[in-house]
Amino acid sequence: MAFSLNEDQTLLKDAADGFFADHAPVASFRKLRDAKETLDPALWGEIGAMGFAGALIEEHHGGSVMGLRAMGLVLEAQARTLGVSPLFQTGLMGATILKLQGHSAQQDAFLPKIADGSHSFALALDEGAHHAPHKIDTQATKTAKGWSLSGKKRFVPDGAHAQTLIVIAKTETGLGAFLVAGQAEGVTRHALAGVDSRDLADVTFEAVALDDAAYLGGKPLDETTLDLILDHGRIGLCCEMMGLIGASFDMTHDYLKTRTQFGQLIGSFQALQHRAAAMLVEIELTKSCVVAAIDAMERGKGVGEAVSLAKARAGDTLQLVTNETIQMHGGIGMTDAHDSGFYLKRARVLETVYGSSGFHRDRWAKLHAY
Amino acid sequence: MTDIETFRHETRAWLEANCPASMRTPMPESETVWGGRNATFKNPDSKIWLEAMASKGWTAPTWPKAYGGGGLTGEENRVLQDELRRIHARPALLSFGIWMFGPVILEFGTEEQKQTYLPDMVHGRTWWCQGYSEPGAGSDLAGLQTRAVLDGDHYVVDGQKVWTSYANHADWMLCLVRTEPHAPKHEGISVLLFDMKTPGVEARPIKLISGASPFCETFLTNVRVPASQMLGPKNKGWDVAKRILQFERTNISASGFGSGAGLDLVDAAKESIGLENGKLANSDLRSRITKQRMYERAFHLTMRRGQEEAKAGAEVSHYASVLKIAAAKLNQDKTELLVEALGMEGLGWEGEGYRPEALKATRDWLRAKANSIEGGTSEVNLNIVAKRVLGLRDHQ
Repeated sequence: MAFSLNEDQTLLKDAADGFFADHAPVASFRKLRDAKETLDPALWGEIGAMGFAGALIEEHHGGSVMGLRAMGLVLEAQARTLGVSPLFQTGLMGATILKLQGHSAQQDAFLPKIADGSHSFALALDEGAHHAPHKIDTQATKTAKGWSLSGKKRFVPDGAHAQTLIVIAKTETGLGAFLVAGQAEGVTRHALAGVDSRDLADVTFEAVALDDAAYLGGKPLDETTLDLILDHGRIGLCCEMMGLIGASFDMTHDYLKTRTQFGQLIGSFQALQHRAAAMLVEIELTKSCVVAAIDAMERGKGVGEAVSLAKARAGDTLQLVTNETIQMHGGIGMTDAHDSGFYLKRARVLETVYGSSGFHRDRWAKLHAY
Repeated sequence: MTDIETFRHETRAWLEANCPASMRTPMPESETVWGGRNATFKNPDSKIWLEAMASKGWTAPTWPKAYGGGGLTGEENRVLQDELRRIHARPALLSFGIWMFGPVILEFGTEEQKQTYLPDMVHGRTWWCQGYSEPGAGSDLAGLQTRAVLDGDHYVVDGQKVWTSYANHADWMLCLVRTEPHAPKHEGISVLLFDMKTPGVEARPIKLISGASPFCETFLTNVRVPASQMLGPKNKGWDVAKRILQFERTNISASGFGSGAGLDLVDAAKESIGLENGKLANSDLRSRITKQRMYERAFHLTMRRGQEEAKAGAEVSHYASVLKIAAAKLNQDKTELLVEALGMEGLGWEGEGYRPEALKATRDWLRAKANSIEGGTSEVNLNIVAKRVLGLRDHQ
């Protein structure tokens, strides 16, 4: 297994860390949040120009072919500074769905636009508050001219701004994935104000008329492919979570080394030293799981098990670290002026999207037949 | 064929020819081989297997051939371990000497010491024990009081060691002694190597809550040790001691505190509690078992990551403490959950009415309570991580 980064990946990681630190520092997120905005078009343009959005896309579609590990490094760097962009939903989810389910005309039409950052996507999957990828009521009905789509998707990440929604719906022959323009007639998007101040929307589809070109791959979306698509997404979420874990832990580590009480640095108190060290143990264990999940995906072996392990562990570790960050900062950590609250809020959303730790423990146990 | 492929090919053929069939079956605890002067082999194949492996130096595969080792590169050793696993070969020899003491003798010893001690370790002719803890020096190991005073060309050692693993079986001890009583505590310690038959050495087994006695108290009264048997410079023994602790923690982590084949947690829970709709009928236990299994998987992945990063030349010394903390937690959680999964059958002590493997689970659970104490308590290891990795300072 390749746990260490190769030379190209190390260069990319440094470039991505530098890029987001310069172009999307936490202060930028704070400004967006204060302005109640959930999209930063300038940043998205720069991400496209850097080639990050095309990491999973082949050269002949204008991509940079850097691979999933590279995409993970970029997502991790973006999460560290709380950068806001459609990179996850577009560069990872959109590209993966098109590659795994789209036919070549659909790939030719859209992959180049993902690679250059000129088009954004959002996967519209879940219909309730809990991730349930196989419980779909949204219905696509065959018509003379194509399809008619009706139903309601809830809590769609990037659902308010994405130019194209990828809607998972029931058809007569099983599930299907449909490309639906965000502005299409019959589509109503209600932006939600989530705790993490990101683009999130409920989306209603009322007899939306689609042509046949909207039906991805022109064939049903089987459960295995849907799981594989979601497992790509979960890996991306794990990488983002590692970014939050890293930033949150570093912030706390710095505070332990600078904050003085009782005439001592608080980091000299054993009660806090042990809790900081215990966090580091959890972080090291979790990091190995995330890399192993990427490795499993690249080899195409034991994917579900490896991904659920990573998502469950990353969720638990992130929860621990973000809670300890607030506690170890004391009162200042409770203030809106301090950044630790941003990490806490974002953390819980990433822990929940595409399955909580509990969801993934259940899945893991099922995969092991108990 | 590349060199490494040739090596694999030859190794496979050699193992095929030299590993007895009974050495490819799961090893009952009673057939473990620790070697030593008084070695007994319950299964005669164990002796054949040990001698074959030792003749290749493969009980200590990466040690130099000059001292009886296998002289293998790291890559060759990984191939050897792969091939051993492939045929489910039992370990030919369990040896604190090979795991912990040989490596520091290689690093700190004189040429004569290397020639004297290492080949015997490789061949399993000596069983070594570790004279570290004392009644007044547990977590505060550097506070040890056993004294060694130079008398002509001998040191005279007086004091008491405790928690000395298998001292009652061991042939040799690597012992921390105080040679400079007035120096700051870390600067007056030296390391002596001596034969357990030396007059004045007495080991008494300590009975533990599990009923077993893997540890001893060792009394040292007027023990005369040739000065040539000091390892490393006088009063610089703490550096040697710390290196050994790193090897010890890494080794404990690598073995995962395993105590031989026992019941599998999930299988035992399924059998004892049963499934409903394909899920373990106790959903609370199911979730906790899954957390433990995930932790175990994460631990093994981290072991591999540490090895890989070390190979790539990264500084990984902190993994020893991180993994020791994790290994203790995972084994304690695992044994605790297994006892819980077995219900009342997990709480037998001996005799009829309990399956032998359930009795083993009970004893393993009790034994595991020491995991967060031995080889440095989890608290001491957390101190090490806080100070050496996170750079947090001591209280002023």
